[in-house]
Amino acid sequence: MQARYLKPLRVIISLFFLVFAAMIFIDFRDSFSENFISSFLFLQFAPSVVKIIQVAAISALGFLVVLMLTVLFGRVYCSTICPLGIFQDAVSWISVKLRRKKWPYRYTRPHNILRYSLLGLTVIFMVFGSILILNLLDPYSNFGRFMTYFAKPVVLGINNWVAPMLMSGGIYTLYPVTLPAIRWEVMMFPLAMLILVIWLSLKYGRLYCNTVCPVGTLLGYISRVSLVQIYIDEQSCTKCGRCDRICKSSCMSFREGLVDFSRCVACYNCLRICPDNAVKYSANHGRKINLMALNPVAPLKQSVTPQDNDTTGMIDDSKRSFILTALMMLFGINRFAKGAVEDIPEPEQDTTIPEDKNYPVSPPGSISLKHFNKACTACTLCVSVCPTHVLQPSLLEYGVGGFLQPRMDFHAGFCNFDCTSCGEVCPTGAILPLSVDEKHVTQIGVVKFERENCVVYTDNTSCGACSEHCPTRACDMVPYIGELTIPEVDESTCIGCGACEYICPTRPYRAIYVDGNPGHMIADRPETERVEREVDFDDFPF
Amino acid sequence: MKRREFLRKSVGAGFVAGTTLSFTGYNKLFGSEIPEADTPYDLVAVRGGEPEEMFDKAIEAMGGLGNWVKPNQSVLVKPNIGWDVIPERGANTNPGLVKRIIEKCYEAGAREVVVFDHTCDNWRRSYQNSGIEAAVNAAGGRILPGNDERFFRDITVPRGKQLKEAKVHELVLNADVFINVPVLKHHGGAQITIALKNLMGIIWDRRWWHRNNLQQCIADFGTWRQPDLNIVDAYRVMMQNGPRGVSEDDIVMMKSLVISPDMVAADAASARLFGAEPHQIGHIRMAHELGVGTMELENLSIQRIVV
Repeated sequence: MQARYLKPLRVIISLFFLVFAAMIFIDFRDSFSENFISSFLFLQFAPSVVKIIQVAAISALGFLVVLMLTVLFGRVYCSTICPLGIFQDAVSWISVKLRRKKWPYRYTRPHNILRYSLLGLTVIFMVFGSILILNLLDPYSNFGRFMTYFAKPVVLGINNWVAPMLMSGGIYTLYPVTLPAIRWEVMMFPLAMLILVIWLSLKYGRLYCNTVCPVGTLLGYISRVSLVQIYIDEQSCTKCGRCDRICKSSCMSFREGLVDFSRCVACYNCLRICPDNAVKYSANHGRKINLMALNPVAPLKQSVTPQDNDTTGMIDDSKRSFILTALMMLFGINRFAKGAVEDIPEPEQDTTIPEDKNYPVSPPGSISLKHFNKACTACTLCVSVCPTHVLQPSLLEYGVGGFLQPRMDFHAGFCNFDCTSCGEVCPTGAILPLSVDEKHVTQIGVVKFERENCVVYTDNTSCGACSEHCPTRACDMVPYIGELTIPEVDESTCIGCGACEYICPTRPYRAIYVDGNPGHMIADRPETERVEREVDFDDFPF
Repeated sequence: MKRREFLRKSVGAGFVAGTTLSFTGYNKLFGSEIPEADTPYDLVAVRGGEPEEMFDKAIEAMGGLGNWVKPNQSVLVKPNIGWDVIPERGANTNPGLVKRIIEKCYEAGAREVVVFDHTCDNWRRSYQNSGIEAAVNAAGGRILPGNDERFFRDITVPRGKQLKEAKVHELVLNADVFINVPVLKHHGGAQITIALKNLMGIIWDRRWWHRNNLQQCIADFGTWRQPDLNIVDAYRVMMQNGPRGVSEDDIVMMKSLVISPDMVAADAASARLFGAEPHQIGHIRMAHELGVGTMELENLSIQRIVV
């Protein structure tokens, strides 16, 4: 294939990934099967890496494919698979069209200290069992949050405005959907990131990917040795400078004839723009030329090595540690990480959790708060697919380390007894898939009943909404006064689905509610006796 | 549908909806709308068959569904689809019965048959897993959402003791004929749930009822509007752990069906099938006292059919 056609090919594939990535987050009609979603997200790098630390599963090997692609062809991931990368391309493309600026970019030096520090910090945190920095910087998760917090409300708003109009015209293809409002505090960080990403992409193309993004930095580091690289063939080059000015990664210097391939996101725009066929994309040759070209123009880089300067040793350490961690991840050695986790404090219960609840509730399949908090990158996919909207983003309910990770909010909804969607779609292994049967006995929290808050007690009226909604009879109505019955709870069969809390009519405090289990337990199966009753079809008791 | 036709229809529908809603006093309207059908019996009970054939026998004994459904009318069929469980668990109305009712409505000349419930579990899953969505589609009816407050309109309940107002789904207000198709089952809060209780699926704020004397609210709401016909599914009857049930252990194959234009009578007869005395069930007794209908079965002409 001619190199010129690589760009259109890249655009087509990237649009596929962008559109579907956006749609699985925005969808509010159960349009995609859990199977489709999880296969679609197979290649997302950061979730896959986090997942392999949790589970040695084939479904977690997407990152290996990406690594292989990078070793062969450079950062094709960043331009064709990463939804945030493609999103930035879309933003810059629109802005370039609007501003009619033909040559929007130019070569700049890499921000090595910043990018390797952020990558190092991400890895160090992960080694010590905290996913916080990855959570904040991961492109896939940030993209997910943008979609859930900002795109979805817009689409939903349009849907809810149009649907009633169509319905009154007898067309029922759309129906309104009401989602629980997301708290503004939760939206602040994603909003700041959205502004940062848009601003950077408007002004500097792919600067986010080459300074902030830990995935970009890691893949960039690897792509320095990629087999197939872009390089400038000095022989044919007429120094027209087009490639330099079209490169959104600002990694091509036509003057020096160099390509900093660690920052190249493999968009192939330069291949298409070069009038002299001087920009090449081929094996081996490119690597040599790029390395040679890079070395003379990077005197700074040499002083950065620890032999020469101890104060910058941190940078090198971080590189080493990430290589180490990457290797450990590769071989699925997670003992190191597990051992370190013991040092991470439990979620801070005192600050934000209501007095009568001791722990937040993490979704079924997340094993324990500890497991969940160290594996969830808060991409909000589970929030998006949860049919009852019980999964809502937290702010600091899990503590700082669990910033923005979803929690079970029983005021927003309750966990559907037979639903296992969140575990089936979770790309990081924070929520592991459960069979429906396992789900039926997975106790994520336990019920607590405050008799003196109960409307039956306070108002002497019948209610029973909690018992009505309880799928396991952990909440049963027992005789109270006269005809009245009052709830009685059985913690052993409770799975903490929160149906009772959700439906309980008392305010401001609910008479019945669920307190989280820091480690999920196995509930007893409800004991039911088979109803024995002779039915005589000839007998009408009236 | 062509664009012009669509525009015309939407304007028309909007106008009708708007003007309908600007009037009040629906009780009288509905009161007069209840057809004084020449039915041979006040109540028909069938035992020992499959839901479809029991309904066929019962409606035949009642003189045919044409007594209630006239040509070109729109019909609302309101089953219980409250729960995301499979039909074998008996928590929702039998899908086969719903299908047969819709077919009979079309046979009687209905213009359209719509179905909805304001479900307790997630409505999409409840519609699917109850088998009712598939049944409705197979019969040519339309199953519509009942999950959004925007569908609900304010009504008043002047004869209610406790309940004075409610929000009712517009599909109920718009339908010419309202057929209530509850399932008979045990209920932790309301003792048992049949026809009267099934109407909690056409209103919006159920929590208020739970907080404010549930039994009285159920009975009060019965004074607002009687469904034109009540068809009680007592095929698989959940005898314990209702209304959701835990397993098929809760089920007795009662293989029965009760139909009556009188909600209270239908509930009284079904309660007896269940093994309860109607006057012991708070909302049945209260509805009887409010004159919604009668629970005194001995004063009614009843046809009993064994299949």
